[in-house]
Amino acid sequence: MAEDLRTTIKNITRKHLKKKLGKVFGQCLTAVGWVGGTLPELYEKDGMVEVSMADVADGGFVVGAALMNSKPIYVIRYQGFNWYNCPMIVNYACKSKEIWKIPCPIFVRGIGMEGGIGPVAGSSHHSLYYRMPGVKIVSPMAPKEYERIYNSFLKDDSVYYVSEHRGSYANKSDLPNLYYDKPDLVIFAISITRFEAKKARDMLLKDNIKVSIVNILWIKPLRVSKKSYDNLKKSKYGGLVIDDDYKGGVAKNIANDLSLKTKKMVSTMGLKDKTAGTGKNLDNLPPSAIEISNNIKKIIKNEIQK
Amino acid sequence: MKNYIWEVFKKTAFSRHFELNVFENVKNKKIKLPVYLSAGQETISASISEICKRKKIKPLIFPQHRCHSIYLSFGGDIKKLILELLGSSEGCTYGMGGSASIHSEKINMYGHDGHMGTQAPIGTGACFQSRKPTVVFLGDASAEEDYVLGALGWASTKKLPILFVVEDNNLSILTEKKIRRNWNMHDVARSFKMKGYEIDDNPKSIKKYEKYFFKEPMLLNINTNRIFWHSGAGIDSDKTFDRYKTLKKLFGKKAEEFDILTSNKMKKKWQKILEQQ
Repeated sequence: MAEDLRTTIKNITRKHLKKKLGKVFGQCLTAVGWVGGTLPELYEKDGMVEVSMADVADGGFVVGAALMNSKPIYVIRYQGFNWYNCPMIVNYACKSKEIWKIPCPIFVRGIGMEGGIGPVAGSSHHSLYYRMPGVKIVSPMAPKEYERIYNSFLKDDSVYYVSEHRGSYANKSDLPNLYYDKPDLVIFAISITRFEAKKARDMLLKDNIKVSIVNILWIKPLRVSKKSYDNLKKSKYGGLVIDDDYKGGVAKNIANDLSLKTKKMVSTMGLKDKTAGTGKNLDNLPPSAIEISNNIKKIIKNEIQK
Repeated sequence: MKNYIWEVFKKTAFSRHFELNVFENVKNKKIKLPVYLSAGQETISASISEICKRKKIKPLIFPQHRCHSIYLSFGGDIKKLILELLGSSEGCTYGMGGSASIHSEKINMYGHDGHMGTQAPIGTGACFQSRKPTVVFLGDASAEEDYVLGALGWASTKKLPILFVVEDNNLSILTEKKIRRNWNMHDVARSFKMKGYEIDDNPKSIKKYEKYFFKEPMLLNINTNRIFWHSGAGIDSDKTFDRYKTLKKLFGKKAEEFDILTSNKMKKKWQKILEQQ
């Protein structure tokens, strides 16, 4: 039976520690739940290090560990905590190779989730890292993708920001791109939105709207296959980038890149430009299948009316 | 002890005359980038490097922006530092670091990223991973950064072989310490259950604490004086106490002669490199 993503991450972590490739750092790692079940039940003697609750300093500790020829994994329990955890990662580790010719590779696991957790902790925040040089940003949502990313990190000496999402941990399946030969529109989906994008595709087909799905695993550098670019070129109404981060973040950058390459109009969806609250109807959630579907219908309608 | 102080004096003289040449070349615009001169503070890194040498310890070094004397005292390549300050790709940091972010693999000195105080957590993490003796240099202003306090706390918790050195010149640019805070770094260190002392920059005072070096975490807040501007070539006050002068006085004629010899050698060194550019 295929293993789920949660188990894959746990096994990778165990292997990483057993081979002494580097320690795993994070806050409250050994707490109940072991970070969504993604960590083996190991302790500091095994290399799993509980850091203090000083978020900004913690990021620095991991950078220092990485400078010592180790390949640490750094677990950030909620992606929103990156606001305090990432300063030394993006300003030192990401630039170290360029300034001092000393690589400082770190596998940063930023974990996204949302729904009633308020204005700071929720959603994905990979856009925070995006503008800085020297970082690679990925968002694996399937076990095989995660393995590929981890193996790539082992062969690389860059900082990897791995934008995870708790909603994907139970997933056991691959998430292949889905193409129509001549689609009406192409969705480029990031993180947890990949699951909703597929649902939206099925909903739209009932209205005879054909939508291709391209999964974006590599956010930076952006990796989109020639087939996907060609598919966008052949589309009737262009593309739509969907993200679990604010729509003004990487989604707009990627849309711009896609648009420049294909001369097609590419729009974006993501978190709305508002603060999430914890109460009912006050949240700021990633686009649902219905919202995606309605937005695509609106795009098509607007194009027809032009 | 006298031999130790003489060796510290020699290192101090070397750094001082290096800085005087930087000063001169900033004035005559041969150096065009922002520089942070260590002049006045040199006995600190000279003493610590000499103690490490005598203990046969080659520590990991995490400096901050005012770091020329740290680099030179621990044996960094002088030619490469001159080239760095001239913006050359053959400089110690390939022209990327300028004055503030220099590094040297040869002496285990890791460059500073420009955010004050980040060297404290980064040095602490390096020490935790490697368990190697580590020296983190801070200024009295960067020591106020919250993440420095986090680093002290964790270094103490993990009982790391680390030495935090606060080069306390009392100034953040020109804002005095008493305006910025009502507490002292050595008290903060003690509250984190590590050894913490406030001393002056006399090599003798620093040596007094060598017995604790790298046996457990320790912070030395060393009161010193910056004799030139925060950045660039200028003098805030001609009344600033200069430790180098007192050391020179201590050794008399021998020191005078060494000072002149070092001055001449350093001038020639600079001249030669400048002519090649």
